[in-house]
Amino acid sequence: MKNVLPFEKPVVELREKIAELKKISGDSEVDLSEEISRLENRLEQLENEVYENMTPWDRVQMARHAERPTTLDYIERLFTDFLELHGDRYYSDDEAIVGGIAKFEGKPVTVVGHQRGKDTKENIRRNFGMPHPEGYRKALRLMNQAEKFNRPIISFIDTKGAYPGKAAEERGQSEAIAKNLMEMAGLTVPIICIVIGEGGSGGALGISVGDKLYMLENSTYSVISPEGAAALLWKDSNLARKAAESMKITSYDLQELEVIDGVIEEVHGGAHRDIEGQAAKIKEVIKSSLEELNQLSESELLEKRWQKYQQIGSTTSVLKREESEE
Amino acid sequence: MLRDIFSKKRKYATISKQAEREDVPEGLMVKCPSCRKIYYRKELEKNKLVCPNCDHHHTMSAKERIDSLMDEGTFEEWDVQLTSDNPLEFPDYIEKVEKDQRKTGMNEAVMTGKGNINGFETAIAVMDSRFRMGSMGSVVGEKITRAIETAREEQLPIIIFTASGGARMQEGVLSLMQMSKTSVALERFSRSGGLFISYMTHPTTGGVSASFASLGDFNFAEPKALIGFAGRRIIEQTIREKLPDDFQTAEFLYNHGQLDRVVHRHEMKSTLTTVLDIHQSGGDAS
Repeated sequence: MKNVLPFEKPVVELREKIAELKKISGDSEVDLSEEISRLENRLEQLENEVYENMTPWDRVQMARHAERPTTLDYIERLFTDFLELHGDRYYSDDEAIVGGIAKFEGKPVTVVGHQRGKDTKENIRRNFGMPHPEGYRKALRLMNQAEKFNRPIISFIDTKGAYPGKAAEERGQSEAIAKNLMEMAGLTVPIICIVIGEGGSGGALGISVGDKLYMLENSTYSVISPEGAAALLWKDSNLARKAAESMKITSYDLQELEVIDGVIEEVHGGAHRDIEGQAAKIKEVIKSSLEELNQLSESELLEKRWQKYQQIGSTTSVLKREESEE
Repeated sequence: MLRDIFSKKRKYATISKQAEREDVPEGLMVKCPSCRKIYYRKELEKNKLVCPNCDHHHTMSAKERIDSLMDEGTFEEWDVQLTSDNPLEFPDYIEKVEKDQRKTGMNEAVMTGKGNINGFETAIAVMDSRFRMGSMGSVVGEKITRAIETAREEQLPIIIFTASGGARMQEGVLSLMQMSKTSVALERFSRSGGLFISYMTHPTTGGVSASFASLGDFNFAEPKALIGFAGRRIIEQTIREKLPDDFQTAEFLYNHGQLDRVVHRHEMKSTLTTVLDIHQSGGDAS
């Protein structure tokens, strides 16, 4: 079986064995039902053990899983009438970010999101979901349009990071991201951001300032990739696993750090095992968020957004620490 | 009573003359890292730490920057008591921060406050690259956010001098979120009509470059300052080609339309005065 992550190998092997036994018992006279049900019990137990005890590194692997649903997979399932719109009007169309208009439960919305490819060919076209400045500028253009026509914005985050390239620097990667952060802060429509895979640093941040920030259970959000952190901190990118453990990058870590509004659970084995089910869970979160945010006036919305960001961080005063030490 | 505890233990002091003296390179002479010429420290200081031979802009501490810019006796510092927590429980992190506190005499990598420039009152935040490479963690984000907010409340302009390697690793995603936090504060400030001048100095990279540094109503930079999003080495590894020597310098950005001006340090005060003057009536110099 392809795309099996190392930590879930025992589960997959057992599942295959059960399937094999079922096939045998179907083909022959031998009654294996007792053995099968025993193994099925064991499988359930094993699944609980394995998937309830995922390490941060396991989740990193899951967030990067080749079969993990992408922005377009969710758009297809969450919205109707999706019409993709292209181009930043300055330079080109960056396919590492997709966006457009659609209906959510019959009401107009604007959708943006990072888009990885499903295969090598598509990945090259979409630059592995790593945007250039024009991607951020396209997203901003669509979000400004959303504001003009009073549509809420749903943003899906799934990128290793903004592309570190020569052309990206020449065209102002920093400015493009910075501008989005500031402009999104001031948009007078609700913005709901959902991290569905990797939330890689500034490149992820560039479309994720809003009123609500959720993460799928097995997604990550970090200041730097575990490999990058390991290279910087210990001069050895092979220590990525260790970095993943210490950098606090999982959905539950971010919930604890009070950076996100909630974790959207995944089925055992990850979102790709049940895309429909996952989309349904995301739908519930968008629905309840919109219900809440639609109650607010424009000024209340902006005030709450400011308060949300104002409190993020961890500081203390010199005086307080001195006291506790003495 | 709290003040007593504070002053007894010198190691946390934020504005300590002693700590500052320690940071001045030993001896009377300084060698220019660019042209290798050797100068009297005093001579260099008189020239605003610009090499008289090759024009290299030496690193300025936050205090030196403020002293060279603000009218004497007008600077009032804010939030000197804030210090880093260790949210990720990173080994040795607090020790490193404390070491830099002793080295620089600052509580964190940015000094904030208000004062006058040729009679024009302004809020100011100056980053200091000697403190954890000027990296932005929770305290830097919080101090800058508070400075922006105070400027908004007191209807002052704000000038931010950046010098930063980017987001601080040891505070993980909380450092990343300071990019959003400062940007949200700037949006509020901008909406209220506030004037923000961003002044980039060497180096301004990563998360700081991709947030407030790029968001000025005016974006200035010092000559030759390194400014960019991704690190040079990472880009070279990604695109597998050598980058030009001037890549990601202030001049490179200027040529690509990303800066209003590259401003020589000798023109710093007069340039800022002009901008403040045009946006504000009632300064002493008017």
